[in-house]
Amino acid sequence: MSAFSAMPIDPVVAVLATPLAAAALLALLPGYRITARLNVLATFVTLLAAASLFFAERPEPGDFLMVDDLNIVFVALNTFVGFTTSVFSASYIGHELAIGRLTPVYLRFYHAMYQILMFAMNLALVANNIGLMWVAIELATLTTVLMVGIYRTHEALEAAWKYFILGSVGIALALFGTILVYMAALPVVGEGMQAMVWTTLIQSVQTFDPAMLNLAFIFLLLGYGTKVGLAPLHAWLPDAHAEGPTPISAVLSGLLLNVAVYAVLRFKLLLAANEAALTPGPLMVAMGLTSLVFASFMLYRRRDIKRLFAYSSIEHMGIIIFAFGMGGPLANFAGLLHMVMHSLTKSAIFFTVGHIAQIKGTQSIADIRGLTETHPWLGWGLVLGVMAIAGLPPFGIFMSEFLVVSSTFAREPLLALPLVFGLILGFGALLLRLNGLAFGVPAGSTAPSEASYLPLFAHIALVLAAGLYLPPPLVAWFQHVASLLG
Amino acid sequence: MDRLAFDIAHLLAGGVLLVSFMMLYQDRLYALLNVFALHAFVLALSVAWQATVQDAPHLYWTAGIALVFKAIVIPVALHRIVQRLGIHRSIETVVGVGPTMLAGMALVALSMVVMLRVTEDADPLAREDLAFALSVVLLGLLMMVTRRNAVSQVVGFMSLENGLVLAATGAKGMPLVVEISVAFSILIAFIVIGIFLFRIRERFDTVDLQALDRFRGERE
Repeated sequence: MSAFSAMPIDPVVAVLATPLAAAALLALLPGYRITARLNVLATFVTLLAAASLFFAERPEPGDFLMVDDLNIVFVALNTFVGFTTSVFSASYIGHELAIGRLTPVYLRFYHAMYQILMFAMNLALVANNIGLMWVAIELATLTTVLMVGIYRTHEALEAAWKYFILGSVGIALALFGTILVYMAALPVVGEGMQAMVWTTLIQSVQTFDPAMLNLAFIFLLLGYGTKVGLAPLHAWLPDAHAEGPTPISAVLSGLLLNVAVYAVLRFKLLLAANEAALTPGPLMVAMGLTSLVFASFMLYRRRDIKRLFAYSSIEHMGIIIFAFGMGGPLANFAGLLHMVMHSLTKSAIFFTVGHIAQIKGTQSIADIRGLTETHPWLGWGLVLGVMAIAGLPPFGIFMSEFLVVSSTFAREPLLALPLVFGLILGFGALLLRLNGLAFGVPAGSTAPSEASYLPLFAHIALVLAAGLYLPPPLVAWFQHVASLLG
Repeated sequence: MDRLAFDIAHLLAGGVLLVSFMMLYQDRLYALLNVFALHAFVLALSVAWQATVQDAPHLYWTAGIALVFKAIVIPVALHRIVQRLGIHRSIETVVGVGPTMLAGMALVALSMVVMLRVTEDADPLAREDLAFALSVVLLGLLMMVTRRNAVSQVVGFMSLENGLVLAATGAKGMPLVVEISVAFSILIAFIVIGIFLFRIRERFDTVDLQALDRFRGERE
């Protein structure tokens, strides 16, 4: 197919092995400068490996791993944001070391955990085995719990504990759902590993017992839905975002939530392929809308800047699950686009917020004012990011939200009402807060920032470009994936 | 499967559920830990029986992990933690014992109705095992929401996880069971170490929103 197929290294293996090897190395190496650069290098190599997945010949799906048109999008997005976040992390962590919030030992731990998290997320995405996917998501949860609690303040420990308990319950429910899927497959596929291999399941799912599949899906939706942060299972999410290091907030919001969405989508596909089973759409639509409207209301009462954007993540996850729940080519396309745009925008916002909180020494919204005057780059970066996330044109999120709304109007006009209501509500809250943060009389420290603006503006430029012009090959690819999603 | 093997499997799975009920009304932490050790012990017996009946020797590993880790190591470690933190007096429950037991019965009834109806075509042992397992999972969840103390909350989580192991071993020939039980043991070890290192006494829940909001500085 291309030159890559002659490569001695399988790109799937490279996507998994690079972060794992880097984690081992970073756990051993001392020194901030080398390790931060090595972290960036490792994520970059992983990104290259992920990019080569598009060109390399795809291996036959095995019992454990596979690459198909759906997960390749997720892997590419995952490794890209993982790479830009590691660039941001390098400048962020330097400051944390300087003020003594992190010690060199914890820094080693932090970098190793960052790579293990990348490994776990990539593994969950390329897993062809529902048991392996579950283990990978559990590993990702565990590493993020450790990172959220890394500052060891009372608040950070509270957040980590809450995340741990709720995450574990979610993970446990998801395992019960996985066992039920296995039980449903048992009479048809037979005992053993094949009954957990996703490609085998999807081929023979028509003959599975529908009642068992229904029950399994409810457990899986609740379990993985906890990880997506869907209301009313979202309670861990704002705390985990607010109290951990900001690069972790960016990765949590931009990537880990997507991995959980991916898990839900895989099982949705299974159910959709069985005619007698319940249609998963309405459940997802209901949970998505609830999250959207609930989070939009919650946005108004936030006093902590990271918590504000954490609720905004719940809102957007609601929109994404809603779009995938609606289904059909247009809504799926919109959901995919929205997911990519949200990942890019939200991580860009967390990049700015991280630097702002470092300069001001606080995360309280009331103490941060007039950023555009004191720190024009960060201030305007935040303005652009919030405009994009609120769904203003000409950014990409405007387009994806527009597609979600218009496809809903065309098919279920009544559902469009709460959807638009939630969107407008969230829009108002974000602009209200942005006004205080970015404009007016400056407050707090005006110390210059040593931020690296590259990841921030690269993301915003991509989101802007996607809003203005989507290249036809990308559109064709997304349409193809959207049609796969049914 | 002959009648006797079936009845023994049934008896042991039912035993796990019964011990789950016993945990619901314990109001002393030490007693709760002892009952949990019993829970894990009965589970280990049940898993070992499944290993024999299904002729699946790898399940003996799962049984061994349940016996050594969950019935001995974890209860002993938690005993020590309770002693160190000085919280052995009593358990603060959010809901009283009476309503909790009633809720527990309702949950068991629910899971029986749901599972037995859903799995009509499945192998009878597997389906009744699943119904028991779902009950144990739901009772574990119930325990987690009705207790305030971090240690008893963890015990609730572990009993929930025992329910999952029961389900996984009941599913005939399910792969990765040993791996999954190891993964869960690591998770639990982390939780227990976390409680010890950070001296977490109270659970942090969303029931007492006011206290939490004050804590986050989101309300004056």
